[in-house]
Amino acid sequence: MSDKINLKIDNIAVSINGGSTILEAARKINIRIPTLCYHEDLCVAGNCRVCVVEQAGSDRLLPACAMPVSEGMEIHTNSMKVRNARKQIVELLVSEHRADCTRCYKNGKCELQELASEYIVGENGFIDLVAHKGYTIDNFSPSIIKDDSKCIRCQRCVRTCDQLQSISALTVAHKGEHMKISSFFEKPMFEVVCTNCGQCVNRCPTGALTEKTYLDEVWSSLNSERKHVVVQTAPAVRIALGEALGMPAGEIVTGKMVSALRRLGFSSVLDTDFTADLTIIEEGNELLHRLKKVVKDKDDSVKLPMTTSCSPGWVKFIEHAFPEYLPNVSTAKSPQQMFGALAKTFYANKIGVEPENMVSVSIMPCTAKKYEADRPEMRSSGYKDVDYVLTTRELALMIKQAGIDFASLPDDEFDSIMGESSGAAVIFGATGGVMEAALRTAYEVVTGREVPFENLEITPVRGMESIREANIKIENVLPEWDFLEGVELKTCVAHGLSNAKKIMEAVRDGKAEYHFIEIMACPGGCLGGGGQPIPTSPAIRKKRSEAIYAEDRHKPIRKSHENPEVMHLYEEFLKEPLGHVSHKLLHTHYTERNRY
Amino acid sequence: MKKNLQRLDLIFKNEHDTKTILKKTLARSNDEVINDLISSGLKGRGGAGFPTGLKWKLAAEAEAENKYVICNADEGEPGTFKDREILSSVPHKVLTGMAVCAHIIGAKQGFIYLRGEYSFLKSQLLEIIDDFHGILDECGVNFRVEIFMGSGAYICGEESALFESMEGKRGEPRNKPPFPTDCGYMNRPTVINNVETLAHTYSIMKYGPEKFKDLGVQDSRGSKVFSVSGDTPIPGIYELEFGMSLQKFVDDFGDGDSKAVQVGGASGFCVPRKRFEKTIIGYQGKLRGTSLPTGGSMMIFNSSRSMYNVLHNYLDFFVEESCGQCTPCRVGTQQLLLGIQAVKKGEQPSVYLDKLLDLAEAMRVTAKCGLGQSVANSFSSIVENFREEMIY
Repeated sequence: MSDKINLKIDNIAVSINGGSTILEAARKINIRIPTLCYHEDLCVAGNCRVCVVEQAGSDRLLPACAMPVSEGMEIHTNSMKVRNARKQIVELLVSEHRADCTRCYKNGKCELQELASEYIVGENGFIDLVAHKGYTIDNFSPSIIKDDSKCIRCQRCVRTCDQLQSISALTVAHKGEHMKISSFFEKPMFEVVCTNCGQCVNRCPTGALTEKTYLDEVWSSLNSERKHVVVQTAPAVRIALGEALGMPAGEIVTGKMVSALRRLGFSSVLDTDFTADLTIIEEGNELLHRLKKVVKDKDDSVKLPMTTSCSPGWVKFIEHAFPEYLPNVSTAKSPQQMFGALAKTFYANKIGVEPENMVSVSIMPCTAKKYEADRPEMRSSGYKDVDYVLTTRELALMIKQAGIDFASLPDDEFDSIMGESSGAAVIFGATGGVMEAALRTAYEVVTGREVPFENLEITPVRGMESIREANIKIENVLPEWDFLEGVELKTCVAHGLSNAKKIMEAVRDGKAEYHFIEIMACPGGCLGGGGQPIPTSPAIRKKRSEAIYAEDRHKPIRKSHENPEVMHLYEEFLKEPLGHVSHKLLHTHYTERNRY
Repeated sequence: MKKNLQRLDLIFKNEHDTKTILKKTLARSNDEVINDLISSGLKGRGGAGFPTGLKWKLAAEAEAENKYVICNADEGEPGTFKDREILSSVPHKVLTGMAVCAHIIGAKQGFIYLRGEYSFLKSQLLEIIDDFHGILDECGVNFRVEIFMGSGAYICGEESALFESMEGKRGEPRNKPPFPTDCGYMNRPTVINNVETLAHTYSIMKYGPEKFKDLGVQDSRGSKVFSVSGDTPIPGIYELEFGMSLQKFVDDFGDGDSKAVQVGGASGFCVPRKRFEKTIIGYQGKLRGTSLPTGGSMMIFNSSRSMYNVLHNYLDFFVEESCGQCTPCRVGTQQLLLGIQAVKKGEQPSVYLDKLLDLAEAMRVTAKCGLGQSVANSFSSIVENFREEMIY
């Protein structure tokens, strides 16, 4: 199908590979055809019909997103017939959509609103269908709000949940006028297998799926004299926040973000990267501990492969789908929750603030983090370890509300202590990053030498390929690790839950043997998280990824175990990895959940 | 064209020579059989009218290890009930058509997709299929037929929605291309034919293409089984030659007071009395006047009927039976229904009907499948011809 096909679109000749669609051909020559159900990450549905175009000699219009090009085609994207049909389709969609735009969270960011304004959907539209239908809003989930009255049935969310995540928490139910996007037995989202990953939110063209926002709570904490509000920022926020504030994708805005947070009134501006380094120490040691138990002590009760635990979407997924593998999940908490537990204990003590007066806020690229912070296990400080989780998008909103001109902000530095981090922590934001960070540390612990990769860049675990494997031979070990001499450490990295499912099935069926598996729920890892700026696409995620690795390269410290603040934390407070205090504050357990 | 079009009894003539026909046909080359079908002029009797011989030829040319033959017995068009009768009285003709098709295209598995409401036919059909498998074994044909029960959704009669349904998914039409002869059930080349179409292939195999071609007119060859209902003293199933004018049809079947005939069910066209003479029942082509295709549904309305109620009834049906996938069909059908209600109640001015006619036209050219595209047929033909009944 790679032979070139020649066609004309709006009288402009274009030549494109066979098998391409009219939409792709039009984009190649910079002709914009509007779309709604189409999304670069998803299979073609062809159901919204706003992309219809006219083919010379054909009575019916063709969906540009679904129709393959053919030789000699003459396509018109702006004929009277096309404009008329398109306007009617937009009017139809508006008629079944609760169009109270000024009160909508997605106001100004809604793809339907954009089209409605382009096609001037005025007073003479169709009869309002929303009033007839008695919609209710599902806002029971701590992460995601589902408002069917704004749904235009494009099924992007359904395809996201099925194709990218293999969850199908969201599916199509009923037919005809009753057709809607629903869940198992139409239960609320928090009762079904939803992992709160928010990938659907990232792809919803309207306000039908949005994150649950905690802006009011955070503003009121900031406003309170009594409260000391600490904020932590996840690695992937600093390379994407700019996009939500008018900057191009891939801009590193760490310094401006810190400035903005100070201007917003946060008392301590700290970094999740600090606890990312800490996670590496704990999780890396846990891996070595498990290897020792299995390889040396032949202890059956300890499970390999060990999987990462920092992605809360992944954790909930395995709790639902592969509960028999819960003993394989690292007991180390995610960096967000390690941070929360330390903030209200170690840090509160250090700065002389009573933990009950401390409000712990985190800025995350993630909607599942909102759920994670709500888990009953996440109260090891004696309080809710992380009070409020905001997405990258919500932080951008706060910055706008505060009237801050983000682009002109000076760069600023995180507060010390719990503000220092290594390059290994930054790359947590990209798929493969945790693996790379863990290997940088674990290899050095075992051999006393740096990982044998140029400039510490473990390229086999990098990239956007859905599943990547890397084997690292451990040789010339330090005496205490002699049982690992000659062992080939087998690792695997997967991102997107559909790939996670493939890996876990391979492990379950004995088709794959690994020691350590990194899984991130979202495509591209946290940089493609459900709380990141909209839109998302493979090209945008690639730019964010390049920014993350650039940030790593420029860091003076590249390895978690060389972070001086982390070393200090062990000396002063934790004493040793996997020690008593760590066990209490930094490790957790998991719960088997239903499968529907 | 002076031709005395007549009632016929080809389809329902119960001929017990399945084995003979099968043996005779299998002895011929595939090309010969396909060429017979093509030259007979047989077109799909489900309503869309795709040339049957060409469909078999395309599937035969497609390269794949597995191919399928499916008999579409999801007879759901309002006012159509002829496939039920064919499957009750002459199922062996349908099965023979399927087996020959399978032999030609290289399929080993066939299915009858039976309408959910026809479950009473299932046990009887299973017995006949069992016997038929015996005949196939005797003739050395490696082919098996199974029944797949539909669940009552109208949309599953649309071929690609039918495949989705058989694959265990929601019955939603697919994007085309690819077409079933390349990528049908299980993404394999598939021939899907209407029950009646398959029964006709039997007649063509038995009597030859010429006999078939002698019947009918020009582009509409052969006979057609009609389901006649509504205001008629003689409702029922009739086999008629193609090419009959509606006037002749109404003369034969009407009650003397026929105001309109709905040709082709809810997705077909409404023809008012003044156009009876010029309207011919047959596939769109080179016929004089207007030719109207039909899957077989002929509903006759006399002057006591409100055409508003007729249209309301059809729109109720579409609002319920749209799969809901594409915008023009899901939302458009609701708007058409609410629209005529609003005009009737005086909540919208009568010119709102013109906006609805524009909408119906937009649905016709943009909807994803035949369902949404054909809502405009009944809507526009009823509103244009009986506008005053919509308003007052």
